[in-house]
Parts: sequence; C-alpha cells; structure tokens
Amino acid sequence: MTLMQKFFGAAATLALTAGAALADPAIIFDLGGKFDKSFNESGFNGAQRWAEETGGTFLEIELQSEAQREQALRRFAEAGANPIVTMGFAMSSPIEQVAPDYPDTKFATIDGWVQMDNVLSVGFAEHQGSYLVGMIAGMKTESNTVGFVGGMDIPLIRRFACGYAQGVIAVNPDATVISNMTGTTPAAWNDPVKGSELTRAQIAQGADIVYAAAGSTGLGVLQTAADEGILSIGVDSNQNHLFPGQVLTSMLKRVDVAVYELMSAGADMPTGFMGLDLSSDGVGYAMDEHNAELVSADMVAAAEAAKAAIIAGELVVHNYSDDDTCPVLNF
Amino acid sequence: MDLLSILQIFDSAVRLATPLLFACLAGLFSERAGIFDIGLEGKILISAFFSAGVAVLTGSIWLGLIAGLAGSVLFSAMHGLASITFRGNQLISGVALNFLASGLTVLIGEAWFGLGGRSPGLKNAERFLPIELPFAESLSGVPIFGPIYKELISGHTLLVYVALLAVPLSWFVLYRTRFGLRLRAVGENPAAVDTAGISVIKLRYAAMLIAGILCGLAGIYLATGLGAGFGKEMSAGRGYIALAALIFAKWRPWYALGATMLFGLLEAVANRYQNIDLGGFIVPVQFMQALPYIMTVIILAGIVGAAIPPRAGGQPYVKER
Repeated sequence: MTLMQKFFGAAATLALTAGAALADPAIIFDLGGKFDKSFNESGFNGAQRWAEETGGTFLEIELQSEAQREQALRRFAEAGANPIVTMGFAMSSPIEQVAPDYPDTKFATIDGWVQMDNVLSVGFAEHQGSYLVGMIAGMKTESNTVGFVGGMDIPLIRRFACGYAQGVIAVNPDATVISNMTGTTPAAWNDPVKGSELTRAQIAQGADIVYAAAGSTGLGVLQTAADEGILSIGVDSNQNHLFPGQVLTSMLKRVDVAVYELMSAGADMPTGFMGLDLSSDGVGYAMDEHNAELVSADMVAAAEAAKAAIIAGELVVHNYSDDDTCPVLNF
Repeated sequence: MDLLSILQIFDSAVRLATPLLFACLAGLFSERAGIFDIGLEGKILISAFFSAGVAVLTGSIWLGLIAGLAGSVLFSAMHGLASITFRGNQLISGVALNFLASGLTVLIGEAWFGLGGRSPGLKNAERFLPIELPFAESLSGVPIFGPIYKELISGHTLLVYVALLAVPLSWFVLYRTRFGLRLRAVGENPAAVDTAGISVIKLRYAAMLIAGILCGLAGIYLATGLGAGFGKEMSAGRGYIALAALIFAKWRPWYALGATMLFGLLEAVANRYQNIDLGGFIVPVQFMQALPYIMTVIILAGIVGAAIPPRAGGQPYVKER
C-alpha cells in the first residue's frame, strides 16, 4: 500500500512538473460560448491559429456560470498555464482576486481593466470602428432611420452605440438612431429570440439598417433583418457571410490578432495596458465578396477618409467611457 | 400613438405570448390532474432543441416537429413515472428534469454540431414561416378592420393559430367532456374517482401526455417559429413565467389566454419603448423590463383574489395504506 502511494505520489509530482515546464497558454471563454460567431469565436480563432502555426497546445474552458470564473482561473494557474488569456470584461474582478496569489503567472483580460504587475489589460477602440460602420449605415439608409441592438447594458456596449450614432449623424444629420439593449444580466448575450423581437420593433419604427453588438443575441437580429428584407451590421468577427447580401458590413474587433500575439509572446507577455485602435488595425470594418454590392465605392472612400483623419488625430470620436455621456444619443 | 403602432405592439405581444400560452395550458392539464409541473422550462428546452436539431439534420420542419414533440412527451413520461408510479416528490422530479434538459441539450448539441450547444441557423424549409391569410393585402384598404386584419390577425406562423385554437379546445375538453370532468376530479379528490371505478393512474398519465404535447409545441415555436435555430438556455425562464401565469389564471383556460397575453403585451411594450418620456419624467428601461414581474406580484396580491390550487395537487395517490 505504501509502495503504491509512493508510486502515485511520484507520478503526480512528475505530471505537475511536466505541466509547469510546458507552460501552455490558456484561454477562458465567457458565457456566450466559444462558437458565438462573434467575440468569443474571434478569440478562439486566434488561439487556433497560434496552435496551428506553432504546433503548440493550449488549455481552454467555456464558462457555464458566474461561479466558475475564479475557479477556472485558479485551476489553470495551478496547472502551470502561462499566460492565461481571458475573454470579456466580467473576468476583471476574478482576476483581481486571483492574480496576487500567482505572481509568476501572467493574466490578460480582454475588454477588462485591472491594474496589477502581472496583468495585461487589452482594450479596443470600439467607438472608432463603430463610427466607421455608422458612417456607412448613415450613407446607405433610405428611411433615414437606423437601429442599434446591444447585448447587456454596460458602458462597453454603450461605447459601441455612441460611436455608431456619431458616425451616422456625421454623414446624415437628419437621421434618427434607435438604440435598444437586450437586458441587464449576462443572459442578454444569449437571447436570440429577444434580439429578433427588438429588431422587429425597430423595423416597425422605420429602421432599415440594424447594428447588433450583442454576442449570440445578435444572430437573432441578423436573422430577422434578413427575413424582413432590411440590412444588418455584424460585430466582432466578420459576419458578412452569415446572410450573404443582407449584412451591410461587420465592425471588426481583431480579438483574434490580440489573442494570437499574446499566446505567441508566451510567458514573456508584456503587462500593463495594450490599446488596439484604428492605427494598429485593432478595429475596422469588413469588406468581402458578400457585401461588395451593398457598399459603394463612394462609401468606402468616405470611410477610408474618416479612418485616415481619426488616425491622424484630426477627427476625434467621442468615447462614451471617458465621461459616461454620449453627445448624440440618450440611453 | 397611431393605430399602426398599437397594432404592431399587439402583434408582437401575440408572438411573445404564444410560447407562454402553450406552456401555461400544459401546466393547466398537468396540475388540474394533481401533478405539479415545475419541469415546464425543461420540456420547452428539450423540445426546442430536438425540433431545431432534427430539422437541421433532415431538412424537414415536420420531422423536427415530431422530434420536438417526442422529446417533450418523453420528459413528461419521466415526470409521470417518478411522480405517479413511484410516488416521488413532484417538485424535485420537475427540477431534476430542468437540470437534465439544460445539460443534455448542450451535450447532444455539441456532439451533433460542434457549435458549443448551438444549432446551425435554420433555412426556410426547416422552420415555420409566417402565413399570409387570404385577402390580407386586398382588405388592407378597408379602414380600421383592414389594418387590424393585415397586421394583427394575419402573418403569424401556423403554431400561433394552433395555440389560439388550443384555448377553446382545452376549455371544451375540461368542462364539457366526461374525460375532462374525471381529470378535474382526480386533481381534487382522487379517492372519489377511484371509488367510482376509474383508474387514477391512467387519468394522470393521460394528463401528462397532453401536457407533454402542449409544452413541446411551446419549445418548437420558440426554436422554429419565433427564432431560427436552437441556442443554449433559449427558454430563458419562459416556463417559470408560464407557471406564474397559471396561478394568475386560477387554473382556467380562458383566463390563461388573458394572463399570457398580458405578459406578452408587457414584454412587447418594454421592447418597443425602452425609455418612456412622460412629459419631463423619463421612465427608465429597467423599470419596463421589471414590469411583468411587478405586475405579477400586484395582481396576485390584490386584484385576482385568492388563487386556490387543485386540492390534491402535489400528493401522489396511494390506494390503500
């Protein structure tokens, strides 16, 4: 019996040290699930690309409930994963709890904000990307009414909405922007039926283009827009292919690039803050064969001009998170 | 607010109320027969999953419909087995079914589609599409009636009309047939029914079968009528809201229609008007979203009066001690 215990003990130690020596990166997906065709999936694509190019492996988990956040972080940290990349703003508070206990492990919070020595906060300039798709929507709309469907009502999503509304108003001062949020709990990322119903309500109010920034809920928005014969705008990943010819464009948030680079850096990942905006191609709008006929050359030219102006600093898009207000939209 | 906006809100209310109505009627049959049915939520979820999943795999909405019904009826039978045959606690059995549905749908979904529990989007042949009733277009010029007919009555999917027909049908079955009388009796005093030489067990299983079919339709409508595909946890608490509506409706079919339509209407209003401006004072969207629940409390506490459940509800029937 004691001999057996020794054997098991030795085997366990070996397994632990082996795990620590490998130091695989880990990625934690948020409640929306890694195949949400949007934010989380973009992160998964980045991790997948890293694995294919380097032949490495990564640890992953899809969270099923709020209670698992801290547990998953500790499990990966104990297993020796480094760095641990987490998707979604909601991972910030658990990281604040866990990170001090594992000073040698590096954590990255995408969309989150944590100030600690071993944590990297990755932020995207969603307002800039949303501004550009807003411009395209403002030029494309025929009813002078466009809509926005957000997921959970949080400052991050309001940043999308506010940037979008500014873009619309910039090219089409008479336009009306209708903004709806799906809910106030994380379930709002996962309710396509509600997304669909909100879209119908916006169509009833005259909207002919609807921008969805709502995770899986957005799939319901895009579906209903396609059913009702209006245009939609996808988010995070390129969603143009989901309903070819009926998705005007997608606001790209290159979470995949961020995840790829963080995993490539491995244990040498920098900490602090990493901002990804138009100048670093962290955000943008998607053009491909599915929407080539919808977006005219003039619209692309206008968007490109605005993009250059924003990068040069001549045009400033108001960031909702700066002062929690939006000049052109009431929440 | 013009007529068209009002009609559009009512139209949306009908769509949102339909799954609640199906689930509420399912609960009605089950609870009238003396079986508490907390598992409505799980049955909605499992039928939503199988209807969408099978529709995707076979390309036929009708096979999806059958699969959805089969899933829900199977769950109903399990509830029956636990609470009628084995005389287990009905609440615990129902809660267990909810958990089972929540886990099973994601597990099978991941195995079938590898999309994290989501099903691929349904194509047009794989879901119920809105039906344009005859003359909707030509009558739209008629004042008042034309728009009402076109916007509100026409243009729903088949299942919405089925749900509305299920209400008078349920009323007829429960109050005008021998079967209905016995079903109600078995929920009030099963011993009396047994003394009359009628099988309590059979009646209760029959009620579970009807509940399974109705609840299955709720899930099928959610995944293939209202939405286009299954998403994990897509029932989003509708089974519980249906239970609240059932209490509110005092276990009566016509009241159930009214209760679920009211919940649908409140949700539709909250969707349409996120911030309502009442001349300077703005009602925040959070209040609108909480309104259905606040209304439930107010109505249950005051307006509706005492809601008395079937007397034998929750108790397994034991013939002899």
